[in-house]
Order: sequence, then C-alpha cells, then structure tokens
Amino acid sequence: MKLSAEEVRHIALLARLGISEEEVEKLRNQLSHILENMEILSQLDTEGLSPTTQSIALENIYRLDEPSPSLPVEDVLSNAPNQEDNCFKVNAVLE
Amino acid sequence: MLGRDIFQIVEYFATCKAETQSELHFFDLPSACPITLVIAILSHVVEYETIIGLEVHSQLLTRSKMYCSCSTDYAGAPPNTHVCPVCLGMPGVLPTVNQRAVEFTIMTALALNCTIPGHAKFDRKNYPYPDLMKGYQISQYDMPMGVNGYLVIDIEGKKRKIGITRVHLEEDVAKLVHRTAPDGESYSLVDVNRAGMPLMEIVSEPDIGSPEEARLYLVKLRSILQYLGVSTGNMEEGSFRCDANISIRPAGTTQYLGKVEVKNMNSFRAVFRALEYEARRQREAMSGGEKIPQETRGWVDDKGITVSQRSKEYAHDYRYFPEPDIPPLAFSPEFVEKIHSGLPELPSARYDRFISQYNLPSYDAELLTDSRAMATYFEECVAIATQNSGRQELPKKAKAVSNWLLGDFTRLLNASNTSLEDCRIKPAQLAELLELVEQGTLSGPLSKTVFEDMFNTGKTATAIVAEKGLVQITDSGEIAALVEKIMAENEKAVADYRAGKESSLTFLIGQVMKASRGKANPAVVRQIVTDKIGGK
Repeated sequence: MKLSAEEVRHIALLARLGISEEEVEKLRNQLSHILENMEILSQLDTEGLSPTTQSIALENIYRLDEPSPSLPVEDVLSNAPNQEDNCFKVNAVLE
Repeated sequence: MLGRDIFQIVEYFATCKAETQSELHFFDLPSACPITLVIAILSHVVEYETIIGLEVHSQLLTRSKMYCSCSTDYAGAPPNTHVCPVCLGMPGVLPTVNQRAVEFTIMTALALNCTIPGHAKFDRKNYPYPDLMKGYQISQYDMPMGVNGYLVIDIEGKKRKIGITRVHLEEDVAKLVHRTAPDGESYSLVDVNRAGMPLMEIVSEPDIGSPEEARLYLVKLRSILQYLGVSTGNMEEGSFRCDANISIRPAGTTQYLGKVEVKNMNSFRAVFRALEYEARRQREAMSGGEKIPQETRGWVDDKGITVSQRSKEYAHDYRYFPEPDIPPLAFSPEFVEKIHSGLPELPSARYDRFISQYNLPSYDAELLTDSRAMATYFEECVAIATQNSGRQELPKKAKAVSNWLLGDFTRLLNASNTSLEDCRIKPAQLAELLELVEQGTLSGPLSKTVFEDMFNTGKTATAIVAEKGLVQITDSGEIAALVEKIMAENEKAVADYRAGKESSLTFLIGQVMKASRGKANPAVVRQIVTDKIGGK
C-alpha cells in the first residue's frame, strides 16, 4: 500500500510539521514501508483470539486520590522559549 | 401533509406531471400556481419541531488530578503552580488513573440509570491546540464508563424521559488568556493549572424538545451531581459546562436538517436564551427558503445572539487510538453493586419522601429538594422543631419550616448572595425562632424583623427579642386600652365600619398593631376590636 503525497501532507499538517517537497517524497516512501510491514502482521491467523487494545496483561491500575507537591514554577517554565507573567507565551490562538 | 419535508414537497411539485399538479387543491391553489408561491405558502404551513441534545462537562471533586497527583485546589492560585511533568506532557512520564474519579463517574452513570459495561478503556484524542500540553487529550472513545441511561424531568406536570447516550471520563485542558501587545500583535498565555483536572462528560440523546426542557434537564442533572457529591455544579466558575446541538425538522419526520452546535453558554439562563434564539433563527431561515448549514455557533450573551464560529480549515481528524500507557479497566458486577448500594438518596426519591413523610405540597417538595444543602437544612430544622411535640404536629411544623426557607430565607440568601452553608442562621436557630412564634412570645409580623436581624448579626432569636423588648403583648387588658385609644382617634373609621364598610376593620386593627409597634398579638387585637366595635 502506497500513501499519496496528499496524505503525507495532511498528516504533516495534523502534526503541525512543516516539510519540504523532497521530504514529502522521502516520508511517503518511509511511511508506506511501515504500513507494508503492518500488512504482513495482518496475515497472521488470529482465529480464536479475543481482541485487545493492550500489549501487557494488566488491568485496573489505579492511583489513590491523594495530592502531592507540584513542581516549582521556575522548573515548569524552564523549557519555555517565551514566557510572561508565569505563563507560557504562544502565538495567538483564535477559535 | 404537514408532516412532510418542505424540500421534498417542493421538489415533487417541480417535477410532477400536469395531472398530479391537481394535488395543489390541498392548498386551494390554482394548478398553474408558480412554484415560488408554493414554497412561500408551505413554509408557513409546515410546523417545525426542535431537537436538542446536550453535552455536559463537569469537573469532579477529587483532591488530585486525573492522571497525576497535582492538587486540584488551584482556584485563585498563581498560574502554573499546580503542575508536574505528567500534566505538562513531558516525555517519559506515566499517567495513572485516579481511582476516586472512576468511582465518581460510575456513581453518576448509575444515578443516571446507565448500564456499566464490564470493561472500559482510555484513548488518545489528537488535536493541535496549545491548551493541550501533550498534543492529545486522554479521553474515552468507544468504551465509556456508562451507556444507555436516562433522566426524568417534569415539564408542565408531565414526566419526560431524556435518554443518556454515554458517560465518560477525560481530562480538562489548560487555560488560555488572549492578549495584545502594544505594537498591536496578539498572543496567548498558557496556564496549565487546570490541565489534567478530572472531567466527566455526559451526553444526552437528542430527546430534548424545547429550550425549557433543556433548562430543566440541566437543573436536574446538576442537582443529581450535587447530591452525589461529585461536582460543585457551578456553571459561572466553569466547573459545570454545557454545549448544545440543536436542529429543527418538519414535525413528525425523522430527517435531520443542518445541525448546529452552540457553545459559550455560561449559565442556565444563557443556555435557555441561546436555544430560544437558535430555534427561532433556524425557523426564520427555513421560511426564508435558506438552508441551514451544519456549523458551530457561539453565544454572545450581552447581544443575545449566536454567531457563526468560522469552521476550521481542516476537518476534525482526532485519530483516536487506545492509550498505551493506561491498562484497561474491568468492572466486576460486585464492584458495580457495591457502588450502587452506596449511592445516597437522589433528588427524585427525596422529593417523594418529602411528600409522604412530611405531607408537603409537591411545589414545596420540589423546591426544597432541588438543592441537597437546602433539603438537608430543612430536615435538620424540622427534626429539632418537633423534638418535643407529637407526631401529629409534624406536617404543620414541616410546612412552617418550608414557608420560612422558601420565603424570607431564600429571599435574603439571594439578595445578599450568600450560600446556605455560609449563612449564620443554623437549623437550630431557625427552629428556636419558630418556637417563639408558636408559643406566642413573638408576633408573626415581628418575627420577620427578628429573622432579618438574625440573618445579619448571627444572634439568636431569644437574644434579639430580649434586647429589643419585642415580646408579644397578649395581655388583653393592655391591648383593650390601646384599642380604645385608637377607636377614639379614628371615629370616622369606626362609624364607616358600623355603616357597613368592612375594610375599616382592617384599618383599625392595623392602627392598633402600629401603636403597639408590632408587639400586640394580632389575633387578640382582632378579637377585642371586633368585640368593642360590634357593640354598635
């Protein structure tokens, strides 16, 4: 299965990645290759197996509802390229 | 004929043969009638019904966030002080599910008569917006906590069942503040404190037929959440939020015309007004021959209108997939039953009990049980007021307490914007006031003044009565002297009454009450005035 260039651009847009035309072609091949590998998996006979959404056999892993201290605000903002009034500053977002 | 989609009818007439055009006699129109005229007439003939579905998001009253241990007590806190690597979406962190949030959600689903599936799971809902730190929200897609429930509302004395499609659990997002720099460039500030708050979503079926039904549904739903103790239900503060889907269609059909999603409604009143506006706007658009596009519209409260929120350039493409970091949840019948048996009494059950146990009118029972705090206050007060009286006194005392609570008490709470919890008059103090009135120590009219004093100062009724010398005068000799004085001063009124003017009696009683500064026992005053004046 080969992805179209249009599909690659759509995925890039959803991930908010700017990619060049050469990259579209490169990623189109790489992503298509991944999908082809997945298709090989789908040839396995899964008759008699119940579907799962997990790869580990765990269930009901809970945390008790008890608060613990948060990070100091300096640490929270330490990776922020832009900040103002103890907030992350980002480009305007309008609905 | 009325039940048919007008577009179908119009298309039908546009294509039909000459002989079938005689069907136009349905409308007493000549067969050569132009199609535009048919449209104009049909749009006035066709009756539309409104279809509303509501989506409620409610923050849960847990102590810590949904997937991390940050405190939920961030109201009023400086920005980004209730934040950790998990709610910041740092690489390598492991979100873990808050057990109480799950229990609260199952409690709610059960209270809404939902089926609890044996399994539930969490999914990632991907979308690029800076209020989501991870680039996705951990939500639930196809395996929610509760499905196929219902809630019953009372509309004009009739019961209506509104279906609940699903109840699921997700996380709230960060708060954005929009600003403009001096150079005119606009930007946004992100405060992550709210991100990761447990958020329960309750989706109704499109069973709601009017804005008033929508309002009643929300009031009832909020009341249930408050009874369960899972949410504050505060809409103004944003812990209880509502989006609506609304469309219209020719009555009796099953077709959907354009479905409009309405957002930005921050109060019950706003929901009601926005839906009223939309229902009318859509009808007007239809009768003007317009099509209603499927879109999202925002309610602008101060203008009283909805405006189209320009649809985003890309279609929603959430690419849901199972959250690999959170193992699925399994709910055993025993677990569900344990939660079910631990549910508190819900508003509808309490309403029924208030009528059977206290013999209250349904109006009183409805208003008292709307809020859990009010209903509990009522019961505590009645219990104290009836401690020393027989069972046969119960309905009378219950009604007296109800009258106070729904009358002056509610008025003062509203006027001073005080919550019942913060009010200085506790159930025992209200019971004490009732006792003073009952014994005849305090007259009915003065009790209202005393009540206001209690409300404002927090003093007890007994203390206020003693302080201000408000003990009721029941001594008939003292009252008789007052009555004689008033009758002497108001000879005309006395003569008028004797000449048959009944209202003069009320006037004279009023004058006596006034002269006693409200302290005279009104019943004694009436008796003495009637006796004396009736002598003729």
